[in-house]
Amino acid sequence: MRVAYWPGCVSRGFTPELHGSMEAVAPLLGIELVPLDRAACCGAGVLAEHNQELADTLNARTFALAQQVDGAELMMNICSTCQGAQSECQERLDANAAYRAQVNATLAESDPGLSYEKGLTNKNLLWLLVEEIGLEALRAKVRRPLTNLRVGPFYGCYIVRPRRLLGIDAERPRDRYLHQVIEALGGTVIDYAGTYKCCGFPIVTMNKTASLKQAGTHLGDAMDAQADCLVVPCPLCHLNLDLQQPLAAKVVGRPLAMPVLHLPQLLGLALGLEPKQLALGKHVVKPSAVIDWSTAVVGAPAAA
Amino acid sequence: MADYTLRVRRFDPQTTRGPYWERFELELEPHRSVLEAVLDVRDRVDGSLGIRCSCRAAICGSCGVRVNGRPALACNTRLRDAAAGGLHPDGRTVVVEPMGNMPVLKDLIVDMDAVHWKKIHRVTPWLLNRRPVPEREYLVPHDDMADVTQTMACIQCGACVSDCLSMEVDPEFVGPAAAAKAYRFVGDPRDAEQPARLRDLAEDPHGIYDCTHCFNCIDACPKGVAPMSQIMRLRRISGSDHHIVDRNNGERHEEAFATLVHDYGLLHEAELLPRSYGGNSWFGKFHPSAGMELVESLPAIARAVARGKVKPAQALRGHRLAKRDLDAVRKVYDVVEGRARRSELNLYLSGVEEEAPAP
Repeated sequence: MRVAYWPGCVSRGFTPELHGSMEAVAPLLGIELVPLDRAACCGAGVLAEHNQELADTLNARTFALAQQVDGAELMMNICSTCQGAQSECQERLDANAAYRAQVNATLAESDPGLSYEKGLTNKNLLWLLVEEIGLEALRAKVRRPLTNLRVGPFYGCYIVRPRRLLGIDAERPRDRYLHQVIEALGGTVIDYAGTYKCCGFPIVTMNKTASLKQAGTHLGDAMDAQADCLVVPCPLCHLNLDLQQPLAAKVVGRPLAMPVLHLPQLLGLALGLEPKQLALGKHVVKPSAVIDWSTAVVGAPAAA
Repeated sequence: MADYTLRVRRFDPQTTRGPYWERFELELEPHRSVLEAVLDVRDRVDGSLGIRCSCRAAICGSCGVRVNGRPALACNTRLRDAAAGGLHPDGRTVVVEPMGNMPVLKDLIVDMDAVHWKKIHRVTPWLLNRRPVPEREYLVPHDDMADVTQTMACIQCGACVSDCLSMEVDPEFVGPAAAAKAYRFVGDPRDAEQPARLRDLAEDPHGIYDCTHCFNCIDACPKGVAPMSQIMRLRRISGSDHHIVDRNNGERHEEAFATLVHDYGLLHEAELLPRSYGGNSWFGKFHPSAGMELVESLPAIARAVARGKVKPAQALRGHRLAKRDLDAVRKVYDVVEGRARRSELNLYLSGVEEEAPAP
């Protein structure tokens, strides 16, 4: 399937291994990525806090660019924060025709010919995996089951709350998808307290101690639950959980060594890619150093 | 009638026995509430089972508890829904616990005074009149008052406080309920102390900039108050209208973010961090507080560089949109920020005029 692909800023900035592993794994999933390289930052909630209409207009511009991609079935992102921030803007744009007209009038001035039409489908990779590709089809693509790999799901706030805005209900249990994907890849889901909690990243410049206490607590809980690694669909969570892990360890006063994988990296491993192709060695807590791959992931990938 | 199992987390302060789980079987109609189930157990089985309640109609805010791990009013939650959406696959078990972030006094009763009410008092929760006080009533434009009705819907049940993730790690955080109460007066055109209220909350290290934006309070609130959205309004008015440059880097972070997206189109992380500490310009990184932060972050930066995660030259240059798109982004800024009045759409007030499709 062809998708209008929004990688976000951080996946091309401080966590380049995320964008890289997405590009590596996309062909294996049958996803054709058409990057929205003309689009601006989603604002991550901070722009909306500054000026709501500004965030709504910049995201309307992104949505309009996505709607212009020929043959794209939908827009896809790889960042919980982009998903949440964009869903919030889209809810306002879709809810009120007069407001949409006002935003489109600004777009007409800034990019003549660009206009957002209500009703774009914008899905995080996680949602796309379960709802568009399907767990059965995903299972069939697995060439190296993650047998014995104990994975703790860490969703990130923006992709699980508010539930109504994100369309989470009994029919679409989007707050269980990460669990389901880990299982489909052959891994074992670890139940620990941090699954739906906040990584603390949004306040890392405002209250660093509280921020890192959150990250450190969840990492410690995952260690207590004997997880081999965490998997996150959000690069901002990754920054606080991986890049800041040594500092978080100091804040919570216990040693931490918990590898944190981006979702496309976990997918790539199971679909037969090598750790190096997925840049697993670029993390602060190297998964290749912490996980015993000889027992956690069984040997070389099976032949296709 | 239907059979249900109630699993209750209990605590008895007199025996100093730690919290323990107790299971009760009961028979009630599915449309009955979780509160009615608890009261049924208290009447029939164990008169010592503690819960606070009064109106039984979701307006007094007394019976806040956690049902199946989520904050809720016990009187406002039907057994049918709680059992079906519960944690147990049998579809008939309902788990009831006391709220979080507050000390448990007994069973399902928490100490609201020690946490929730103390924080409410902290924000001066009454009107500080503009002078002169009119002889009769204040005349206020309808639209100005409509803006605070969302926060006036709060019934002080404490559900948002229960699940606040910032408060979980920083008990001193003013918290969602009190911050929403603060906005109720900051947004009130009759109040004279808007700047002082905002400065107080912006400068407090546990004030409005301590909210980690996790949305838990929005989902917790049974009345649609959306405390987190009120905190964002407080930040917006504090930073953009009153230019309160707080000691917590809150205003600087927001301004730097907006400036960098204007200048680059994308987020320039390596510039955002020093500017959040040192001030919103290229020179921000030379400010002493940015320097201190840099020194503290050096080990993390060094590791990221050593791993090849971040290439220094590339990180410092940042990524930037092509000129044509950057011009378009700047035009959007010009139009929107050039408006005489900031436009804000609150769906709580305006409603959804057409059926909105799922994202």
